[in-house]
Amino acid sequence: MGADLEPILSSRYGVTDSHRLAVAERHGAYATARKALTTMQPAAITEEVKKASLRGRGGAGFPAGIKWGFINAKPGDDIYLVVNGDESEPGTFKDRTILNLDPHRLIEGALITCYAIGAHTAYIYIRGEFAHAIAILDAALEEARAKGYVGAHPFGKNYPIEIFTHSGAGAYICGEETALLNSLEGRRGEPRLKPPFPAIKGAFGMPTIVNNVETISAVPDIIQMGGEAWCNLSRLALRDGGVRLYGVSGHVKKPGVYEAPVGITMRELIDVYGGGMLHDDRPLKAVIPGGSSTPVLRPDRMVDAPAEDHPLHEWHGKSEIDVPMGVDTYRALGTMLGTCCATVMDSSVNMVDVARNLMRFYRHESCGQCTPCREGSGWLQNTLEEICEGRGQPEDVALLVDIANNMMGNTICAFAEGTAMPMLGLVRQFLEEFVEVAAKGLPEGYRHDDSTRAAVETNEVTS
Amino acid sequence: MPFALTAERDKQVEALLARYPNTRAALIPVLWVCQRQHGWISPEVIDWVAQRLDLSTASVKGVVTFYTMFFDKPVGEHVIWVCRTLSCDLRGGKAIQEHLEKRLGCHAGGTSADGKFSLMKAECLAACGQAPMVQIDDDYHENLTVESLDRILDSVTSASVTSASVTSASVTSASVGSTPAQEA
Ligand SMILES: Cc1cc2nc3c(=O)[nH]c(=O)nc-3n(C[C@H](O)[C@H](O)[C@H](O)COP(=O)(O)O)c2cc1C
Ligand code: SF4
Ligand code: FES
Repeated sequence: MGADLEPILSSRYGVTDSHRLAVAERHGAYATARKALTTMQPAAITEEVKKASLRGRGGAGFPAGIKWGFINAKPGDDIYLVVNGDESEPGTFKDRTILNLDPHRLIEGALITCYAIGAHTAYIYIRGEFAHAIAILDAALEEARAKGYVGAHPFGKNYPIEIFTHSGAGAYICGEETALLNSLEGRRGEPRLKPPFPAIKGAFGMPTIVNNVETISAVPDIIQMGGEAWCNLSRLALRDGGVRLYGVSGHVKKPGVYEAPVGITMRELIDVYGGGMLHDDRPLKAVIPGGSSTPVLRPDRMVDAPAEDHPLHEWHGKSEIDVPMGVDTYRALGTMLGTCCATVMDSSVNMVDVARNLMRFYRHESCGQCTPCREGSGWLQNTLEEICEGRGQPEDVALLVDIANNMMGNTICAFAEGTAMPMLGLVRQFLEEFVEVAAKGLPEGYRHDDSTRAAVETNEVTS
Repeated sequence: MPFALTAERDKQVEALLARYPNTRAALIPVLWVCQRQHGWISPEVIDWVAQRLDLSTASVKGVVTFYTMFFDKPVGEHVIWVCRTLSCDLRGGKAIQEHLEKRLGCHAGGTSADGKFSLMKAECLAACGQAPMVQIDDDYHENLTVESLDRILDSVTSASVTSASVTSASVTSASVGSTPAQEA
C-alpha cells in the first residue's frame, strides 16, 4: 500500500474554495450533522464514537468516546465543548491544514459533539499566530450562522448551539488543556492542578470536554460511516481506529501533511509519503515521531521483544521504524505517538545540537509554576550550551540524565515530563555522541552563535 | 494621552463580550483589538482595558506579560518572527535568521534603525513542513531561501499595506505544501 488511498478526513483539501460553505456542502459537509441532530439520540452518537476507537489526536491518545462519557452534569450546569487548536508542539503542523482548508468539517464535528455531550456552546481556541486561520474560521462560522446551522435551531432542531473562536496570544503551554481553559477565561495560561478534570470542572467551573481539532473533525465521518466501519479503516486490530493526519518534516524530499490509515510504519511515512531522504547520500539517522516531547527513534535500533506475550513480539528483531504507528504500539516501544508529526534527521545532524535546540524551547516555554520544571529546564539548557560550546565535562552527560529524572513526577502538568522524556531518550539512543561532545564540544560548523554575533555587531556599527 | 478605541472597534468589543458568560474571558480578544489599533499594549491601553472590563490593572498587566504576542514596548512598523525551532533549523533556519540580522542591522529582539522592522525569534509556528519560514505581521512566508526572503522584504517595504482580510489568495498562501489530495 502506498500514498494512493482515497482521502476521507482531507477529502475536501483539494477542492477550490473548500472553506466556503456552499462549496463544502456540495462536497458533503453538514449532511451528517443534519442526520445526527434530527434522527439520533446523543447517547447513540457517543456510542458510535466509542466503537470507532477514536484516540485523541492532541498528543495523549485518550479514547474520545470514553472521555465524553465522563460528563456528569448536575441540573442547571452549562456544559462546554472546547476545541484545542493551539497546535504548538514543535514539529506539529497538521491542525492548521484543517483550519485553513476545511473549516466546515471542524464546525460540523463541533455541532455533532455539542449535541452528543449536552453542550450548547463550543469555543475553538486557536493559537494567536494563526491570524488567517481564525479569520477563515470566523467567516465560515458566519456562513453557518446565516444558514441557521449554528444558532438557535440547527437544522430545525430545538437545540441551540453557538460556536465561537478564541484567539491565544503566543504561549506553548496554552495547549495543555487546563492552561488553555485559564487562557480562555482571560487569565495567564498556567495549568491547573488535576483533579478535578475538565469533564467535572472545566471552563467557567462547568463540565467541559476538551478535544483536539483533528479529533473533532473526525466525528462527522464516524457518524456517517458508522463507528465500526470507520474503526476498520485502521491497520491496527485493536482500540486505535480510523485514518489520521500524519506530518513529516525535516530531511525528506516531500515534507507535508498526509492522510493515511492508523498503523502505517515510520518507514512508510518517510519513504512513501515523505518521498524518501532529502539527500540520497545522507541516510536516516534519527526521527522524532510525534512532536518534540516524544522520545527519538533510530532506524538501526532493533525491537527487543522476545517474549511471546510482549505487545511488540511480532516485530522482534526488526527496526524500530518498522513498528506500526499507533498509540499503544509506540508506548510499548518506549516512546509516544504524540501528534503523529515526525521530524526526520539525516546523518549530517548532531544529536547534542538537536537536544540544545529543543531544550532552548522548553526553557523558554515553561510557565514557571513548579520548581523542578522551571529550574530543570533551565539547567538542561545551560548544561547543553556549555557542552556544545566545548566547555563541558565528561560528568555532564550523567548530569543531564540526573536533572531530567528529577523533573518527572511532582509537577502540576505533563510539560515537565514532556521535557525530560525526550532529553532522556536522546541520551539513551545517542550516548556515544553525547560523551564525545561533552569531551570536545560540537564540531566547528555547528557553533554558529559566536560567529553570527560578530558579523551582526560589525554590521550594526557600520549601518 | 489617554487611550480609547474607535467607535467601530468598540463595537467589536461589545460583540466579544457577548460570547462569554463573564467579562474577564473577553480580556485576551479585547487586548488583540487594542493592539491592532495602537500597535502595542501601552500602560494607557492597560488602564483603559482594566476599566472597560472591570478588572484591576495588575491583573491585566499579568496577562499581557504572560503572552509573547502582546508587545509591552513599541515595535517597528512590521514585526518579523523568525522560527528557530528544530524543523526549521534542519532546513536552514539559522541562515535565514543571520540574513535578517545582517539586512536589518539588529539582533533578534531589536528594531531596525529606520523603525520599519522589529525582529523576533519565534518558537515553532506549526509550518514545519514548509521550513524554513518566517511570519511577518499576520502572514506566513514559507519554504524560504535568502533570495525569496529578500524579495518578500522588498515588497513589504515598498507596499507597506497589509490586509488581514480573507481572500482566496490568503487561503492558498496559507495552505499546506503538499496535501493528500494532491498526492492521490
Ligand atoms: C505541554 C502540553 C502541551 C499541549 N499542547 C497541545 C496542543 O497544542 N494541542 C492539543 O490538541 N493538545 C495539546 N496538549 C494535550 C491537551 O492537554 C489535551 O490532552 C488534548 O487537547 C485533548 O484532546 P484529544 O483527547 O482530542 O487529544 C498538550 C499537553 C501538554 C501537557
Ligand atoms: S510542569 Fe512546568 S509548565 Fe507545567 S505547570 Fe509546572 S512549571 Fe508550568
Ligand atoms: S519548527 Fe519552524 S514552523 Fe515548526
